[in-house]
Amino acid sequence: MRTPFVANHVSAQMGAIGGMEKTRGGKIKTAAHDKSHRIIKLTILALLGLTILGFLTFNYKNLDFFKAVGDTLENLRVMFFTPHYVNIPGGFRGALDQLLITFCMAVLSTVFGSVVAIFVSLFCAKNLSSPKVSSIIKSFVAFIRAVPTILWVLIFVVSAGLGGVSAVIGLTFHSAGYLIKAYAESIEEMDEGTIEALKACGANFWQIVFQAILPSSISYLVAWTFLRFEINFANAVAVGAAAGSGGIGEALYLAGHQYSDPRELGFITYLIVAVVILLEMVATKVKTKVR
Amino acid sequence: MSHNLSKAARPANQTSVFVKRKRMYTFFFLGVIAIMIASSLIANFDYIVGIKSIPKAITWSLTKFIPNSSSWHWLTDEILKALFETALMSVAVTACSAVFAFAFSLLGTRTTKINPLIGRAVRIIASFFRNIPDVAWVLVLFMAFGQNILTGFFALFFVTFGLLTRTFIETIDEISASCVEALHASGANYMQVVFRGIIPSSAAALISWVLYMIETNIRNATLIGIISGTGIGFWFNWFLKSLNYGAAGLTLITIVVLVIAIEITSTQIRRAIL
Repeated sequence: MRTPFVANHVSAQMGAIGGMEKTRGGKIKTAAHDKSHRIIKLTILALLGLTILGFLTFNYKNLDFFKAVGDTLENLRVMFFTPHYVNIPGGFRGALDQLLITFCMAVLSTVFGSVVAIFVSLFCAKNLSSPKVSSIIKSFVAFIRAVPTILWVLIFVVSAGLGGVSAVIGLTFHSAGYLIKAYAESIEEMDEGTIEALKACGANFWQIVFQAILPSSISYLVAWTFLRFEINFANAVAVGAAAGSGGIGEALYLAGHQYSDPRELGFITYLIVAVVILLEMVATKVKTKVR
Repeated sequence: MSHNLSKAARPANQTSVFVKRKRMYTFFFLGVIAIMIASSLIANFDYIVGIKSIPKAITWSLTKFIPNSSSWHWLTDEILKALFETALMSVAVTACSAVFAFAFSLLGTRTTKINPLIGRAVRIIASFFRNIPDVAWVLVLFMAFGQNILTGFFALFFVTFGLLTRTFIETIDEISASCVEALHASGANYMQVVFRGIIPSSAAALISWVLYMIETNIRNATLIGIISGTGIGFWFNWFLKSLNYGAAGLTLITIVVLVIAIEITSTQIRRAIL
């Protein structure tokens, strides 16, 4: 039993001495088969296995798949090529008002989230606070982020009632969790020497924050905040639809589920897409400007 | 004279840097406050109600979300099954869209695109898919697919496909450009460039993005489940609406455990491959 092991070991050593790794067939190995490659392969295999398992175990409920696909294609054609609005109160103007409400929800939750995150991230960044405090905050924040935004909103609907307040507070929770992580990582990337120099000069905590940390990491903070704003706008639409918190999301939900009108769905989708693309363009501008 | 001037000018210049910074901060804060006031008026946001709701919600959820003896049977009957289905759906949808996005992104990168027109078309199509809100996809798919897991599957598929196509194009352009150039120079054909150049050099980064999308999709799948009436989102909403708070709390805990487990796994994988 022991001989093959020894033989393998010897041949591996000889390969190492020769300077070149060889395959079993005697060819020179050209690809690096290190740990990273093996884990990539394992990950892909695991994903493939889970995907197949998923497709085999899903409950399809005797769906007539091809009919559903055909109907959907027809619905998509109607939705995108013949959009109209009839059920939105106030018509086109009313739809724009709803869109503005959703936009403002996103603004409020992003600003609240980033104000909370700025302060908390100072105690969360390893180079500013103690390792104990940092890891306690980090695990607490991981918990906040693990609860999906919509569940935060649904929980706040119970205590604050249905509407803008519960949506904004619910969105704020998840954005704060996200931004604390992002801000803390940006601060941790900062040059250690600057903080040390200020400490040596006798600067206090807030002087270090305002004279070193904010000026040097502001561009990252702005970029992260704007990225979160884009996410929050999409989330405000989704929350309006799933929890009924008002805004354009609720109009979208009503068009789909209450009136089953793909044409109105198309109209509202176009409005939302216009804002999203506008935000994407601004984000690209902001990114090039702050870097 | 000139000596005097420079002496006088220097302190003035030095203070002006700090004054400028202070002024910038002040303007920035005033601007933010103005935007906040306008936004809260438009969105009908009441600060007092909002602040009061936070401790209320925390005490409420800590007292109500306690699983009781009657809620445990829901765990084995429905919650774990739905959670398992939602998790598998998120993995399957991300894996499928990653395959399509990779094939598609090869037509869009600077180094491997077949011609500029197709490259531009790929970017526009990807932008179309990712910018349409997932809720709109769910609602239009629901009309034909109904309360079925495939409604959420296709909605997430379209959005993930659009997002991953863009990130794959950017990642490949960033990482593989130089090695693709080297392969071209040594006379490699298209397939050799893809399999010998792009896949080995950017596989780790692409997998990292796929793992990130799985994390995001589990959360999104919960939301989509509420609208399409499937998976774990449906059950949480149903428990909450039927005042079965014990079971709702149990659902919440299982979701948190799942999301954190996936986050830890993908962080470990990322650390090993990058």
